[in-house]
Amino acid sequence: MSQFIAVLVDGIVYSSWLFIIAVGLTLIYGVMKILNIAHGSLYALGAFTSVTLCGLWFNAGLPPMGSYLMLLLSAILVGLVAGPVIERGLLRFMYGKDEVVLVLVTYALFLILEDLIKLIWGVDPLFITGPGGESPYSLLGNFEVAGLTYPNYNLVLIAVAVATGGALAWALARTRSGKLLLAVIHDREVSAALGINVGRIYFVTFTIGAMLAGVGGALTAPTVSVVTGMGAEVIVLAFAVVVIGGLGSLPGAALGALIVGLVRAAAVHYLPEVELFSIYFVMAVVLILRPKGLFSGAEVRKI
Amino acid sequence: MKLDRTSFAILAMGAILLIAGPALPSWMVSMLNVSLCYGTVVLGMMLLMRNGIVSFGHGLYFCLGAYAAGLLDQMLKMPDMLLMVGAAVVVTGVVSAILGLLLAKYRDIFFAMLSLAFSMILYGLLVKTASLGSTDGFNVAAKTVAGFAVAPESQRLMVYSLAVVFATVSAFFLHSYLASHQGRLAGAIKDNELRVEYMGASVMRAVHRNYVISAVLAGIGGALMAVNIGHIDPEMTYWPQSGEFVFVAILSGTGSVFAPLGGALVFEAIRSFAYEYSPNTWQMVLGITMLLVMIFLPGGLWSLFTRKREG
Repeated sequence: MSQFIAVLVDGIVYSSWLFIIAVGLTLIYGVMKILNIAHGSLYALGAFTSVTLCGLWFNAGLPPMGSYLMLLLSAILVGLVAGPVIERGLLRFMYGKDEVVLVLVTYALFLILEDLIKLIWGVDPLFITGPGGESPYSLLGNFEVAGLTYPNYNLVLIAVAVATGGALAWALARTRSGKLLLAVIHDREVSAALGINVGRIYFVTFTIGAMLAGVGGALTAPTVSVVTGMGAEVIVLAFAVVVIGGLGSLPGAALGALIVGLVRAAAVHYLPEVELFSIYFVMAVVLILRPKGLFSGAEVRKI
Repeated sequence: MKLDRTSFAILAMGAILLIAGPALPSWMVSMLNVSLCYGTVVLGMMLLMRNGIVSFGHGLYFCLGAYAAGLLDQMLKMPDMLLMVGAAVVVTGVVSAILGLLLAKYRDIFFAMLSLAFSMILYGLLVKTASLGSTDGFNVAAKTVAGFAVAPESQRLMVYSLAVVFATVSAFFLHSYLASHQGRLAGAIKDNELRVEYMGASVMRAVHRNYVISAVLAGIGGALMAVNIGHIDPEMTYWPQSGEFVFVAILSGTGSVFAPLGGALVFEAIRSFAYEYSPNTWQMVLGITMLLVMIFLPGGLWSLFTRKREG
């Protein structure tokens, strides 16, 4: 029984993490039809930036609690710097090209960003720890479930995931810009003809998507050693999540994250040999049975 | 079979590379060897791209071919180069024939994603298989060719010659296949599948056949790579490896069977030199090259040659 609860808790924590990473990817795909491989690099950028900012914060002798602010700031920085640069500098020249070509463009971008990270931060693993060993991961203390101890930081992950999903769902359904966004998703040309500034919507969407990738990276940084190549690992996981849920679907990303998170947690606890295998197995099965993912509506056929 | 100019050129290229082998400096032999292995895989990528399909999981067959070769050595104690390649052909042929039944229905990014999922499944399996060395993989050594023992000092040259032979034969057959009735369907499928169906050809069957051919080519490339490097690990089916094949295919273009072989050589040259002079920016060089090629040369490097000929 306690093992079952452990699977549940681990699964939910892992799902929240996956959702934070995947939601930006699905948003960008939904609006811009770009399956953004560079999302993994933006995630890594968020992690590396937060190492630097938290390091500065700790070294300045400021109260350790403020390191959470630094995590948030890193994500915002990544979004506001990398997002606009990539969208204005490269992607806007590519709109209207084939989806596969766009994947390849972001793959090239991924290669470039990977090395950019190496150039800035070097190739050695980095950690977020203050001079006294403080880390945002352990600062908040622990909680106990069924005799197992978990860091409270996991609750932060869950809260951020729920808040992000809720905020996006609300913004899409209830705000003016959200409705404009939905119109663009539905038909880009007609929206443009009706006076919606499609270029601006793309710009904002990509910036928000990049910021969400940065949030994922910044929140992950305290829990792992930050190394080059972390983006490559994460992007396939994020692909699995959004493909299972249905590309471009917000509830799909949530469901995909939940499925992958629980499957992985179950595998880790009951059958550790199949941990990675299980995730991609689920992805393949979903693609075989429902090629467009679990949350795909009927496709409007355009002649 | 009718022999055209390109077929002769392929055979001539193979003969020249074979004869020149002993005279070439060893760094050049290594570079040519790796490019021939890559080139063989990318021949298959090119065939798929002619159908308008991009696979983001061809590392699967590259890796399967390599592991088939490696297991022949490790488990069956038959370290024969020809048998290794044969094993790779059989394994990749069977696996792709099965997976192809599913994949042949998919297009665009869904094809890319499903093939990616399959390759990552193999990765997940290999990483956790302790008996095959998990993430470390294991060493592969080929000691005989068709039963004849090869002296250790001539081993490198033998591996190289074998790569030349297989790449040449693959290119030769792919070229005549592309010129055949069946092969020409590829371009038609890319343009308009519905028309192909109305003409009485089965798109499913054609895509399936092309997928199997491309997988077998990737398997041959993988087996050759295994004997060439002498070591195999699960990274061969990790997605950046598949991405590299896509990269070379984009760089080369699909104009001719020479394109993938030449493109692989250019890729290997970029990689070697970039790696030599700035090990931390070689990926950046690749990425920028890829962007430039996609923007300015959508037909790949090969389009440079065809343009000249037309003009």
